[in-house]
Formats: sequence, C-alpha cells, structure tokens
Amino acid sequence: MNILFLFPLIPLLMMLGLWVSRSTRQIHAVMVAGSSLLLLLAVVLVFRFLALREAGETAAMLFTASHMWYAPLNIHFAVGVDGISVAMLLLSAIIVFTGTFASWQLKNDVKEYFLWFCLLSVGVFGFFISVDLFTMFLFYEVALIPMYLLIGVWGSGRKEYSAMKLTLMLMGGSAFLLIGILGIYFGAGARTMNILEIAVLHNIPLAEQRIWFPLVFIGFGVLGALFPFHTWSPDGHASAPTAVSMLHAGVLMKLGGYGCFRVAMFLLPDAAHELSWIFIVLTTISVVYGALSACVQTDLKYINAYSSVSHCGLVLFALLMMNETAATGAVLQMLSHGLMTALFFALIGMIYGRTHTRDIRQLSGLMKIMPFLAVGYVIAGLANLGLPGLSGFVAEMTIFNGAFMHADTFHRVVTIIACTSIVITAVYILRVVGRILYGTCTNPEHLKLSDASWDERFSVICLIVAVAGMGLAPLWVSDLVRGGVGTVITQLMN
Amino acid sequence: MDYTNLFPYMQAEITLIAVIVLIFLFDLFAGARARRQFPALVAGLLLVQLLVNILPHGSGELFGGMFRYEAMHGVVKSILTVGTLLVCLQATPWLRREDTRHKQGEFYVLTLSTLLGMFFMIGAGNFLMFFLGLELASVPMACLVAFDKYKGHSAEAGAKYILCALFASGLMLYGVSFLYGTTGTLYFDDVAQRLDGSPLEVMALVFFFAGLAFKISLVPFHLWTADTYQGAPTAVTAYLSVVSKGAAAFTLMTILVKVFGPMVASWQTVLYTVTVLSITVANLFAIRQKNLKRFFAFSSISQAGYIMLAVIDGSAFGMTSLVFYVLVYLAANLAAFGVIASIEQHSGKVGIEDYNGLYRTNPRLTVVMTLALFSLAGIPPFAGFFSKFFVFAAAFRNGFHLLVFIALLNTVISLYYYLLIVKAMYINPSEHPIPAFRSERGVRISLVCCLAGVLLLGVVSAVYDGINAFSFGL
Repeated sequence: MNILFLFPLIPLLMMLGLWVSRSTRQIHAVMVAGSSLLLLLAVVLVFRFLALREAGETAAMLFTASHMWYAPLNIHFAVGVDGISVAMLLLSAIIVFTGTFASWQLKNDVKEYFLWFCLLSVGVFGFFISVDLFTMFLFYEVALIPMYLLIGVWGSGRKEYSAMKLTLMLMGGSAFLLIGILGIYFGAGARTMNILEIAVLHNIPLAEQRIWFPLVFIGFGVLGALFPFHTWSPDGHASAPTAVSMLHAGVLMKLGGYGCFRVAMFLLPDAAHELSWIFIVLTTISVVYGALSACVQTDLKYINAYSSVSHCGLVLFALLMMNETAATGAVLQMLSHGLMTALFFALIGMIYGRTHTRDIRQLSGLMKIMPFLAVGYVIAGLANLGLPGLSGFVAEMTIFNGAFMHADTFHRVVTIIACTSIVITAVYILRVVGRILYGTCTNPEHLKLSDASWDERFSVICLIVAVAGMGLAPLWVSDLVRGGVGTVITQLMN
Repeated sequence: MDYTNLFPYMQAEITLIAVIVLIFLFDLFAGARARRQFPALVAGLLLVQLLVNILPHGSGELFGGMFRYEAMHGVVKSILTVGTLLVCLQATPWLRREDTRHKQGEFYVLTLSTLLGMFFMIGAGNFLMFFLGLELASVPMACLVAFDKYKGHSAEAGAKYILCALFASGLMLYGVSFLYGTTGTLYFDDVAQRLDGSPLEVMALVFFFAGLAFKISLVPFHLWTADTYQGAPTAVTAYLSVVSKGAAAFTLMTILVKVFGPMVASWQTVLYTVTVLSITVANLFAIRQKNLKRFFAFSSISQAGYIMLAVIDGSAFGMTSLVFYVLVYLAANLAAFGVIASIEQHSGKVGIEDYNGLYRTNPRLTVVMTLALFSLAGIPPFAGFFSKFFVFAAAFRNGFHLLVFIALLNTVISLYYYLLIVKAMYINPSEHPIPAFRSERGVRISLVCCLAGVLLLGVVSAVYDGINAFSFGL
C-alpha cells in the first residue's frame, strides 16, 4: 500500500477511535498515539523521499498512485508528492502533534473537539498529497468547514461573528477556486484532472488563462491572507482556541500559498506572467500593511494574526517573483512561519489560560512569574523578526535575495518596500516583549500564577527545536524542496 | 393491441396499483389489532414493489406510443419509490396520533396515488397522457396538504396548493393547445419532428414551462411554496419537497430534450433567467425565515434552481447529474425533515430558535441534522458536494460560465443560512431546550438510511456510474 494513503487514513481512524472512547484519558491516548504515528510517518516519508532522490529518481512526483473515481469526468483519486508537499506534510504532522498537547487542558466537549480537529487534519493531509484537481479541492473544503464549529463552540471573544466571517470568506474564495478549476479542466480539453498531465498538455488558450488565473489565485489567496481578502484572519485567529489557531495559521494558511503555486501558477503559466504585477502589488501591500497593523494592536493574538498576514503575504510575494531562489525562499518561509506562528499561538494560549487577558496594557513583568513561557516567547519573537540561527532569517534572506535578482525598476521598488517589513516586524515584536515580559508586574493577581505544566513545556520545546533546527541546518530543507520548485519554475519559464 | 408487452414496460405502475389496492382492502377489512401493523405492512409492500422493479431493462412503448419505458425511467421511478418509502416511515408517529389514526389508510392510498401519477407523468409519450399523470399527481396532493383539516394552517395550505396547481395546469394546457394547433399532433416524437420554432411555438414552450415550473416551484412561480410547506403536515412537506419536485424536474428535462429539442436556444434562455432568479431570490428569502418549514421551502426553491443547471445542459451528462442530484437531495432533505418531524411530534416546535441548545439534549438528531445541512450546502465529503459539482460541471461545459459563477456565489449565501441552524443547535445557549427523547423505530430506520445516503452516495462512485449508464440527452 502506498505510504501516502496513510496520511488521511490515520486521522480517519483516529476519529473512529475517538468516537468509541469513553473517557478523557482514552481520548488523549488516541490523540497522542495517532498524532505521534503521523509525525513518525512524516519523518519516514522525508527519509524515503530523500533516499529515492539520492538514488537518481527524477520523476516530478514520487510515490504516485492513481485510482479511477468518477469515470465520466475522468476524475481520479490520484496522489503523489514532490519536495514541497513532503515538507508541508512534515510541517502539518508537527503542528498536529504539538497542537494535541496544546489542547491538553481543554475541559468541555473534549471528544467533539478532537473529532473536528481530526477532520480538519484529514483535509490538510489529503490536500497536500493530492495531484488531482478534484480531490485537491475536495480536501481543501474538508479542511475549511470544521473551523466553523471549532471556533464557534470552543473559541473566545466574538467567536460567533469571527467563525461565520472566516467560514464565509474562505468559502467565497473556494467559489472562485471551483470556477477556476472547471475553467482549467474544460480549457485543457476536459481530458484529465491530473495536475501533471494538464501541465504537460499546456494547451489552455491565453484568453481563457487570463480569466481563470486571477480567479484561482484569489481563491487560494483568500486563504493565504492576500490583501484585501485577509480580514477573516485577525478575527478568526483571535477567537479560535489555541490548537486551532496553531493549525490554522501554521498549516491552513499554507494551503493558500501551496495552491497558488501548484495550481494557479503551474497550470496557467502564461497568464501568471502577464498578470503577476497586479498580485505583486497586492502582496506587497499585505506585507507592509500587515506589519504596520500589528504595531498598533493591543491584543496579543491580533498582533500575531496581523504578523501572519504580513508573513504569508511574503510567501505569495516570493512565489510571484518566479525564480528558483525566491520560490525556495517561499517554501522555507511557509515552513518557518508555520512553526513559529504555531509556537506563538501556543504560548499566547498558555499565557491567556493563566492571566485571562491578552491585552498587552494589562500584562507586565511576566518574565519573573512564568520564565519558561517568557523565554519561549522571546525565542519565537526573535525567529519572527529574522534573527540569524533561527528559521525566519533563512527564509527571508532567501526571498529577498531571489527578489533582487530581477533587475527592472518595478521589481526592485516592490522588493525594497517589502524589505521594510523586517524593520517594522522588529518594532512590534520588541514592543510586545518589552511591555509584557519585562518591567515590574503591576497586577498582584498575576503574581500567584504558575509556569508551564509538562504538556505545555513539551509542546513548546518541540516547536522551538524545530524552529532552531531549520535555522541552523537550512540546507537539507532547501535540497528537499528544490526539485519541486524547479518543476514549476521551468513550466513558468517556457 | 398487444398486451404481452404490458408487463415489462408497465411493470412498475401495475405493481404499484396492486399495492394501492391491497392497502385499500386492508384499510377496509382489518381489525383494530391488525391495524397497528399498518405502517409495517405498507413499508413491506413498498419494499417489495421497489425490489421487483429495481433492475432497469430495455426500452419500449405501449398503446401506440402513449406510454413508454426507458431504462432511465426505471431508475428515476425507483428513486421516487425510495423517497416515498422513507416518507411513509417518517410519517408513522404522526399517523399514530389520536386525530389522524383513523385516516392512516387514506394517507397511504393518497400518497401512493400521487406516486402513480408521477410514474405516468415520467412514462408519458403523449401530452394527454402527461397531463393525466400530472393531475393524478396534483389532486390527491392537495388532499394530503390539507390532511390535518382541523388546523387552519393545513386547510389554508391545501386551498392555496389546489388553486395554484389548477392555475398551472390551465396555463400548461393552453401551451399544449398551441402546440397542437401548430403541429397537429400530441405525440412527443411527432411534435418534435414538426417544430419549426415559430413565435406561437415559443409561446407554447413558455406556457408549458410555466406549468411545470409551478410544480418544481421555481421563481417567479414559487409564491405558493412557503405557505404550503409551512401549513402542510411535515411528512407531506417532505414528500412535496423531494419526491414531487424530483419527478417534475426529471419530466421537465425529458420533455425539453425530447420534444423541444429543436428549440434548444429558446428554452436555454428561459432557463437561464429562471435559474438565476430562483437561486438568488430563494437564498435571500431563506435568510429571513424563523420557521424551519418555511426555511426549507426557500431552501428547496434554491435547490431546484441548482437542478436547473443540469437541465440547461440538455445532454446525457446533464441528465446523469440531474438524477444524481435528485437522489442526493432526497437523502439530505429527508434526513432534515425526519428530524424536524420527530421534534415537532415530541415538542410541537418548529422555530429555528427552538432548536437552540439542541445538541445538549438530543446529540444524535443534531448530528443527523448537521450532516444533512452540510450536504445541502455542498460541503465535502458529504454527497451534496459531489452532486453540486456535477451540475456545475454540466452547465459549465456548455459555456454558461457566468451562470455557474452566480450559482457558486450563491452557495456561499446558502452556506450562511444553513450554518445559522448549525449555530442554533451547537452554539446558542437556551434556557428551555427541547427535552431529550427517543424517536420511534420507523423514524430511526429512515434517518439511518438517509444518513447512509448522505455519507456514501458521493464517496462511492458506483451509484453515479450506474445512473450514467442509462442517461440520454440531446
């Protein structure tokens, strides 16, 4: 059996296990067993993938398998991975694993919570292994709908409003996406839904590409927080429970970038060339606007959500630069942002669980009260602002390096504008760190609080190790994704 | 006249008549003890009827072309029978009530008579035959709508339904008379050959379409829908929204394709407008509803609009998509109505606000309702996603890109109002939630069947392939 089928299958089995579980203990057991198995599987996949590449396997996608599903439309259940998807699968497995521990303290409706959580991960894993447009879209939507209940039931603050806004905006995006997918399918002669085969055909007329490219790009871009379709993100992240914020900012927003690259740009390359300038302008706005908005927020989650808008904007920005260096940087940024933003949300959730406030004006001197969480927060912050040795630096360096390879004025100017986000990021990160961690604690209630418990420590340490690991040894990751990036870039250059 | 062919081609109708007669006799002669088994008997008979006719076979015609059989007709008739069976199961607790108990037999006979009417409507090869079937499907339906005759709402709904139905029939006959005037025949095949697209024939098409659009409740012919759905007994509403609508939609497509095939451009224009109107208007009205049955009335109008996306394609692929859509819609809508009926039976409540906090007291019913709503909204991995995808693909194939786009944007609106119910059940707190109860066996069986349909019809492609094997089109 193909190893890839296990990725959506295991969460499904976990759902079955959760369904028959009787106590919180059993539920935790199922979740830990399942998510560690997924993590293990992802690691095994990385090694087997690298081994195959080492052995000279040059096919664009490895571990491919295809089963006929709906013959009249030639829809297959087709799977396969290249370096990018392997990296994304690893990222998702890490976040699901740590997310499980971050939800350890959850008290109400634990079973239902994890059931929806697992359904969400079925969607995420299924999306990254799919190479058939139909199944890809199917899993994409599977990943969206559990968010509504996860935020609406277990969230905080204006949760009903945020949940509805998020769901409707993302579903609106997927409406754009679906019409684009139909356009690609019928534009390419209605013979196949397989991404690789459509790319080889490369026969969609330019006039049609001009219509479908913006639709597909916006469709995925909504999830990738493309300006001006990003407004779901701050509300959604702020209201979501911790693990859901982690999974959503960490993995789900990457679905957007991945889809833009794999579907919009790979299958509609000519229009991508022609129209990229529009989206470059929009993503530049995302990058700078997101960072500036983060500077004036007072809610920790809002700060991090706007920071996500800025960083995910950078992912799309880099992809649109359409060269190998920038695109590799984009994938690195997806990984890096996924890990560090999950770390951030985990820490914010833990702090909120103790202080019951996320307002930075009411928090101060936490370093002395909960040193472990505070140090974790500093590390996450430093990764976010791109300190060498942590993951953020590697990614942003590569992206701006790649972007600067374009010698024309337009690209130079937008790159310089986007670069300013590095400085702005430093401003909002240091502002928060200074305000909430240092100084004297003004709220006597906070003095009685305790530091992280074992499950929280475990989840934080895992994420820090991953962030630092990527920062210290970035080469193997860029080796991993190079082949996959190369395929798409070659298609774009032709 | 050769009667040897009667059996293969009219088998479904003849067996259904036999079932009706048996039920009628049982109703006349059974004692009080035996009557308790009435629902089981009906379910059993219908199941036998379904199993005997489930295998489609080769096509043919009877009575000199008045009636015909095609494999696809067999498939659709089986689907309608399944729907009727599920509705009958869901109706059991309601029929056991004090004020309806003595009318059980009437309910079954009337329901099955309308089903028989639909069978004739589907199998018609001549406009007279078609009209006969249509009337047989409409008149007993009005009795069913007014079944709770002591309730003002139900009687009012019945009156509204019969008046609208008659008006629609009148319009349709007027259209058919134009056709007869221009072509000199009422046989489908002959009409198709003699059509030349003259203005009078376009008028005929429009009148004919209007008549059927009343049955399918497309905007702007939908005005009876909300009141009738609200006033009718819930089981009848379910039947009206699924079986009656499905049969009418399928017939509309076959007649448009077979008879009005030469005028394809004209009816595509008509359908285009009506589809956009139906989906959009119904969605906007659904948002404002407070009563679940009214809510589902508007939801069903918009679903009918989506079905029209398959009709507008006119090809065999469109027909497969249509039948598949009807099947999936049947499973999802009957699941929702099963829950509504069950709750109405136990607490008398049908307001959306009454469902607040339902998950705390009745988690299983809530889950069924949620999955049904997700399927209706077209969320994967539930069957509704697949059926929506296929109708979109069907319309898109013919170049109706803008139409598909409008329909897709409307799915977002529809998701909003479906989520309002999900929100009520899971998120909204309530001081007086509907108390926990255990539903009757018949309802449980039908809900399990519907749920299986919602979960499996999409993922298992065999059903779609099976339908596809019998499709025909322009």
